[in-house]
Amino acid sequence: MRGNQRENPVEVLLSDYLPIAIFFGMAIGLGLLLMLSAVVIAVRNPDPEKLSAYECGFNAFDDARMTFDVRFYLVAILFIIFDLEIAFLFPWAVSFGAMGMVGFWSMMVFLAVLTVGFAYEWKKGALEWA
Amino acid sequence: MISADLSVVLPEIALAVYAMVAMLAAVYTSKDKAAPILVWITSALFFALAVWLGVTAGETRTAFGGAIVDDGFARFAKVVILLSAGAVLLMSIEHMRRSRSLLFEFPILITLAVVGMMLMVSAHDLMTLYVALELQSLALYVVAALRRDSLKSTEAGLKYFVLGALSSGLLLYGASLVYGYAGTTLFSGILATIEGGEMPIGLLFGLVFLITGLGFKVSAVPFHMWTPDVYEGAPTPVTAFFATAPKMAAMALFARVMHDAFGAVPGDWGQVVAVLSLLSMALGAVAAIGQRNIKRLMAYSSIAHMGYALMGLAAGTQLGVQAMLIYMAIYVTMSVGTFAFILSMQKDGQPVTDIRSLNMLSASEPLKALAMLVLLFSLAGVPPLVGFFGKFYVVRAAVDAGLVWLAVAGVVASVVGAFYYLRIVFYMYFGEEGDAQLDGSMPAVLWGFLMVSAFAMVAGVVNLFGVEGLALMAAQTLVN
Repeated sequence: MRGNQRENPVEVLLSDYLPIAIFFGMAIGLGLLLMLSAVVIAVRNPDPEKLSAYECGFNAFDDARMTFDVRFYLVAILFIIFDLEIAFLFPWAVSFGAMGMVGFWSMMVFLAVLTVGFAYEWKKGALEWA
Repeated sequence: MISADLSVVLPEIALAVYAMVAMLAAVYTSKDKAAPILVWITSALFFALAVWLGVTAGETRTAFGGAIVDDGFARFAKVVILLSAGAVLLMSIEHMRRSRSLLFEFPILITLAVVGMMLMVSAHDLMTLYVALELQSLALYVVAALRRDSLKSTEAGLKYFVLGALSSGLLLYGASLVYGYAGTTLFSGILATIEGGEMPIGLLFGLVFLITGLGFKVSAVPFHMWTPDVYEGAPTPVTAFFATAPKMAAMALFARVMHDAFGAVPGDWGQVVAVLSLLSMALGAVAAIGQRNIKRLMAYSSIAHMGYALMGLAAGTQLGVQAMLIYMAIYVTMSVGTFAFILSMQKDGQPVTDIRSLNMLSASEPLKALAMLVLLFSLAGVPPLVGFFGKFYVVRAAVDAGLVWLAVAGVVASVVGAFYYLRIVFYMYFGEEGDAQLDGSMPAVLWGFLMVSAFAMVAGVVNLFGVEGLALMAAQTLVN
């Protein structure tokens, strides 16, 4: 740790983070430099053909912003929920020895609550794809 | 140990288990046909829990290493939350059945929101605070968009979600700053850090961000912009719910964070809260004048009322917290009655929200018009109705704390704001005999709540039904 004992502990803490501040400065500066140099230096001769959408040699059939089935979102949300469950299970499993029965039953309650939600949406028909 | 901890949050656990069991039972049997009976069971459970919490009042208990506290202040707020949520649930049955939107998920989502609110007012740790707030908010986002086929309802849900997520982000940013500078998320630890020395500038920033996040939740100006749109777009029973229980919970949480975590520096947050209060009262009084839609009007009205409640909090004293609790209890009672009337407003079976449809209501429905007159006068704070005493308490608390300018501004705002309440009264009694007449019939439940609420506004002037003493006891456990 840099700094001597008389300094304010918060200042010591902040000075430890100085490399990160420099890193942020570098990242922002470099990012801006690269983007702005493209604006300044790049050669641009736009014409209608260059600006139109390119779709395998055809003219575009319709708008690229089409609607698609809401069930894709549902599956994505389901995936995230159970993915997070696993992300939660790993640290629990690693530190299981230190937690005892309270830790075990806490996770069981958590899993049970998730199962209740899963049973609900199954029965509600959210998983039927037809 | 753990069983002692669990016994502190037993009411919340009971409600959460009930919500899950009811959800599975309904989805595996008759689904939406079970909705009315579920609503009745849920509100009966709310009332029973409110009575239980009321009669088992004991000394302050903490649980989970101080992350949750169950004291008189939390119990007062919980009783108000449970009673108002139960009342609004009962009032919503008829309206939702008529619009064919009575889903069995509705009482369950309300139950989960109530669990979140009860934990909010018991939170004694920044993490408990956040998790409880999110549990409440997520349930409320969904009920705002309950009518999926209605553009306005989905828009309300989306707006509420986006701005709610923004406010949660601000709150979390503030919480992380507070944690970084105080070294703990426990309110008692934060208080000890501040009492132990100087208030670092980072902690002050964290405090301001926390206030911003909480300001969104209580819809205080300048963080109010979601309120009129959400109130207008959400189904009317949901609007009635938004105007009552979550407001009480958010205000109690606000007071809890300020006094329990930052009680050593009331000057630092008092001035911010005073500004929020001033702006809310001013905007609520002026912006509602142009409104013809009674739901939007009630949204601005609730913004103004939050300003008055914040005035009590801004005082930073025990009297201020007591005044805030009294004000919120009165406000919730008035809102339940007013929304009972709004829920009954319909013409040819279709709900209407235009205030001009109330023209000459006194001729066709004299008793209902009289009850509404009492409620509107009380909302405006006209003496000698109960609403006046709410304002009287917060103004007195502000004057006692030396915030004379705020008290004067509050009185001026209440005079300005009285205009739009009295205009509805004018329409009801001296309006033109128009074609926009309301249907006369009113479901018995709504009629009952309207009359009880209006009667309470008159009868309560004797002793405010003892709310004053209860609020004093609650305030004493928070500020000492």
